[in-house]
Amino acid sequence: MGVENNELEKVIIQSVMEELARKGLLSQKGKDHMMSAAMMDTPIVPNLQSEEMVTFPPQEEMQIANPFNADAVRAMKKLTPARIGIGRAGTRPKTMSLLRFLADHAVAQDAVFLDVSEEFLQRMNMMSVQSAAASKDEFLQRPELGRRLSEEAAKSIAEKCEKNVQVQILIVDGLSSSAIEANIPDLLPALMQGLKSSGIKVGAPFFIKNGRVWVQDHVASIVNCDVVISLIGERPGLGTAESLSAYMIYRPDENTVEADRTVISNIHKGGIPPAEAGAHLTDVIKQILSAKASGVKLNQQK
Amino acid sequence: MILKAKVYNKIFAFQSLKEVMSKANEEKSGDELVGIAAKSASERVAAKLVLSNLTLEDIYNNPVIPYEEDEVTRAIYDGLNLRIYQEIKSWTVGYLREYILDHKTTGENLLHISRGLTSEMIAAVAKLMSTMDLVCGSKKLRVQSHCNTTLGIPGTLAFRCQPNHPTDSVEGMLASLKEGLAYGSGDAVIGINPVEDNVETVSRLLDTVKNFMIKWEIPTQNCVLAHVTTQMKAIEKGAPVDLVFQSIAGTHKANDAFGVSAAILDEAFALAQRKGSATGPNLMYFETGQGSEVSLDAHLGVDMMTLEARTYGFARGYRPFMTNNVSGFIGPETIYSGREVIRADLEDLFMGKLHGLPMGIAPCYTNHMKADQNDQEMGTLLCAMAGSNFFMGVPGGDDVMLSYQDTSYHDDASTREILGLRPLPEFEQWLEKMGILENGKLTERAGDPSIFDK
Ligand code: B12
Repeated sequence: MGVENNELEKVIIQSVMEELARKGLLSQKGKDHMMSAAMMDTPIVPNLQSEEMVTFPPQEEMQIANPFNADAVRAMKKLTPARIGIGRAGTRPKTMSLLRFLADHAVAQDAVFLDVSEEFLQRMNMMSVQSAAASKDEFLQRPELGRRLSEEAAKSIAEKCEKNVQVQILIVDGLSSSAIEANIPDLLPALMQGLKSSGIKVGAPFFIKNGRVWVQDHVASIVNCDVVISLIGERPGLGTAESLSAYMIYRPDENTVEADRTVISNIHKGGIPPAEAGAHLTDVIKQILSAKASGVKLNQQK
Repeated sequence: MILKAKVYNKIFAFQSLKEVMSKANEEKSGDELVGIAAKSASERVAAKLVLSNLTLEDIYNNPVIPYEEDEVTRAIYDGLNLRIYQEIKSWTVGYLREYILDHKTTGENLLHISRGLTSEMIAAVAKLMSTMDLVCGSKKLRVQSHCNTTLGIPGTLAFRCQPNHPTDSVEGMLASLKEGLAYGSGDAVIGINPVEDNVETVSRLLDTVKNFMIKWEIPTQNCVLAHVTTQMKAIEKGAPVDLVFQSIAGTHKANDAFGVSAAILDEAFALAQRKGSATGPNLMYFETGQGSEVSLDAHLGVDMMTLEARTYGFARGYRPFMTNNVSGFIGPETIYSGREVIRADLEDLFMGKLHGLPMGIAPCYTNHMKADQNDQEMGTLLCAMAGSNFFMGVPGGDDVMLSYQDTSYHDDASTREILGLRPLPEFEQWLEKMGILENGKLTERAGDPSIFDK
């Protein structure tokens, strides 16, 4: 129906209604109702075949209205992954900032429940064992289970791992499996290479599913190594779900406290790049071996 | 001491004050994880009923962790004003709640009895308080502190600008700092969490912020939140430190895990006095939060809320400039949902203030718990109404290094404008001079970090 036709139709309906109402054949309410129905435009049927869709503007886009120095804001945005240069609506974020935040929250929440894929473990050619936490839910709600090995795991480690090495490397999913898949392929070879070329004796690295930081103490008690290092997934953030930490400890025992560990965090492509982290961690491990201490005790000796 | 209660036709008997204290709590996953939470809603009420009838003296005589075994207990008991305690020891916990809420009781009255209350007494009364009770009680209490500027002045609300960066890049940090200042955030402190915990990194960040403060004449304080021992080394090497930071907890065992003790904190405080860069007299910045003891398996069977109160008991001897509570920071094993975080935030704000501490709150959440932005914003508004001295300020609410969500620069400005609160006076003048704020509202120019790039 053309626009003019539509207008004409409205005029006709309106006059008929008015006439009926004048004669008392139509209540005011009934008239209003029918009038508004008549005034409505014909609905537009969405075209589901279309390729058009709503997306977020590029993250690097500067969102400030009339900035003092737009180039400076753009340059600042390149210097940090933080949400800056995003403008405002009054004191509140702009609509796109709000929606992007919600989208990133949704993705980060999902990341917690992902498992490291079988395919990845096969490709890395690593032994894989599990903590005492049987599922992700159990892992999240009962931290003590993620802090020790399952009986089966303890047995395989006792049977298969080399004992009395200087360094034992563990790959632990922790709170992010994405962190493992994203960083280990570059980080692990660099670290192994660094340690070997420094003449340090390293046991074969293996993977622990549903593990937390303290599980390294249980492993150390079985393999009897000097230093145990866990490459473990940090809790996922909105900015990235790929951040990995290295927690290291020198000969943990029953008197070990958390402050005895040394940690290097934020290993990922936007933080310490994994290949570089290999060299950095090698240096830290060398310091730990020569000081025979880690954590605050190591720092006190420096 | 009566440890038995009848709720309608059911009788509940408890073995110890410690058990009553944990079972009287509102639901939280950390208490359930440890196995000390009430088993039913009726048991929870019964515990509250028993608690309401106990006297402050009963609580004094039954510390949840013995004096001989725990440094935190010793700090609480040794710091108590016995004269005031004697005057109020016969009060029941139920009476204390009504005293706090009574119109005739002023904030000054509360700060007076505060000196005669142990942390467990303060936790006990908070367990009998509902959300609005906690807001009413908190609002009465106003604690001011002074480092370079004065925090906690009535009618003001301050923020820590938290420009963290995943590689400690100085330029990247400055970019976030400029954005924060352009929204009026940063009057409580400019505080950075460093990725690398070493003297070089810490000193570099401290110098950079201090120079920026001098260049732009910003009236505030600087701080880099490394381990306290690293900050002490930085001070010794000449780095400018206004505030010395440390995370603390409510048991000796948890503090051991954090690598701190009363002796280390004494030394740090003394060092800040002798070689720090601030005016003072308040030179310490503490962070606390329900659940750290559970997370480190150092809770000794005491509930999270009571442990949090004990943490404040430990803190108060150091006359901190600010105490920030981060109860939503750990994860679902300690605090499961948005509802639990909001409750914890309000409890902590009240308990901290009743300890006489200059409290701020970080109503925050992680991505592995059942909470979202809406919960966080509700928590923020409630805590602001309850008179929190300060909140955090994080770009877009997303900390890209610590991986959690906290109040954003936008939330900071919004909270001030919604409740008609002002920045700290010197900082407000500075914001006006910079053209960021006018009559307490952001100007057209605000929110633009490039105003610092002339
Ligand atoms: C959550 C957290 C905490 C929580 C830990 C609770 C928990 N269950 O995770 C709390 C609030 C208790 C905490 C405290 C501290 N933390 Co913290 N924490 C983090 C955070 C944000 C995430 C950790 C994570 O994802 N863990 C992964 C999971 C799988 O581990 P988990 O087994 O479940 O939990 C263990 C670890 O989280 C570990 N842990 C957490 N923080 C620290 C810090 C140190 C030095 C050590 C040895 C261990 C440790 O403790 C938990 C129990 O074993 C990281 C930042 C990041 N991007 O990683 C900072 C981070 C690791 N923490 C840091 C610091 C400095 C501290 C404190 C020393 C601060 C202080 N000045 O007191 C304290 C004390 C730590 C201790 N000795 O116990 C720094 C470490 C810097 C460094 N290179 O040394 C980091 C990198 C943040 C930062 N850049 O400022 N922290």
